[in-house]
Amino acid sequence: MTATAEKPAEAGAIPSMTVTLKILRFDPDGLDGREAGTEYWEEFTVEAHATDRVLDALHKIKWEQDGSLAFRRSCAHGVCGSDAMRINARNRLACKTLLKDLNPAKPIMVEPIKGLPVEKDLIVDMEPFFASYREIMPFLMTTGTAPERERLQSPEDRARFDDTTKCILCAACTTSCPVFWTDGQYFGPQAIVGAHRFIFDSRDEGEWDRLEILNDKAGVWKCRTAFNCTEACPRGIEVTKAISEVKHALNTGEI
Amino acid sequence: MSQAPELKAPNKAISHSTLGRARRWSWIFQRVSGALLIALIAIHLTVNLVRGDGINQIDFAFVAGKLASPFWQWFDFTMLILAMVHGGNGMRMVIDDYARKPWLHATLTWALRITTVVIIVLGTLVLFTFDPCPANADPSLLPSFCEDFS
Repeated sequence: MTATAEKPAEAGAIPSMTVTLKILRFDPDGLDGREAGTEYWEEFTVEAHATDRVLDALHKIKWEQDGSLAFRRSCAHGVCGSDAMRINARNRLACKTLLKDLNPAKPIMVEPIKGLPVEKDLIVDMEPFFASYREIMPFLMTTGTAPERERLQSPEDRARFDDTTKCILCAACTTSCPVFWTDGQYFGPQAIVGAHRFIFDSRDEGEWDRLEILNDKAGVWKCRTAFNCTEACPRGIEVTKAISEVKHALNTGEI
Repeated sequence: MSQAPELKAPNKAISHSTLGRARRWSWIFQRVSGALLIALIAIHLTVNLVRGDGINQIDFAFVAGKLASPFWQWFDFTMLILAMVHGGNGMRMVIDDYARKPWLHATLTWALRITTVVIIVLGTLVLFTFDPCPANADPSLLPSFCEDFS
């Protein structure tokens, strides 16, 4: 841990700055005389370099100031999708957001993603989110015997669903969706993206099973095209477009 | 491998009944009626407020003259139905989203259905039973064609 905290000597060339982070914390255990389940804002001030990300600042707080701060991160490089959080009122990955891009003159607000039950500080219960994903059956469905070689596909057929293969299940889109916030019954943008990836795959044969699921009460018709999901996606997936393509397939019966 | 944990919301049993199709048609209706309403309301506002003497022309005689013509009766009737169903459908979606307590949801949904039907019935009654030439009225306030009857 200390090895990461030590900067090489030439790091002094990078301008450093003082950044204040205002973190929405949730204490399920009631430590330090707080009542169990208290929600409160806490401010931390850290020295950071212009090249630092929000995740680096969170690391500094956890390692040097308050070890009780809880947040998820795994790869720390925008691949695993563990550290989605609401930073300055927008869902982003903490590991892909540079502090200098966030106006460090003002306190940077960090909150857990909305619409999922908070477990501690920035950690939420992702189970309802994954349950939606499981429900659209995110696996290859075929009939007949499996071929001996790989299932071939033309580049055009592959390009059809290329955008939605980029999803890393970080939940930034689903937890930015105002319809998901309201009743929690909506599948959410991510599950539709996950379904889109298989519906428009020429090798998959379960498209109508998935479309039937998305035609349900909690499915695509709940989408109000607010575009929050497209804006939130750290992978740049055009989520609203994918949802519209699913609606189009349901309306025309053509894929 | 341990088994996946028990599913929680959103895992309402998937209905393959008419429910899904109803949602789809409500979605399509909302888009089609929205486009139609833009055209209908634009014509309505132009005819009433822009053409002729503009806003000053609206009096009993003007309205009575319009409602005496079957074209405007059916035009207004279409606008009434589309506007009420479009607006009611939109309100239904808002209630579905935000009224989470079952009794509140049921109360609001029924209040919405009843008001929608009552307004449609009242509006239709006015449109098709309206008398442009009421008896014993001041002839100067009535549309010009009323003179034929008196």
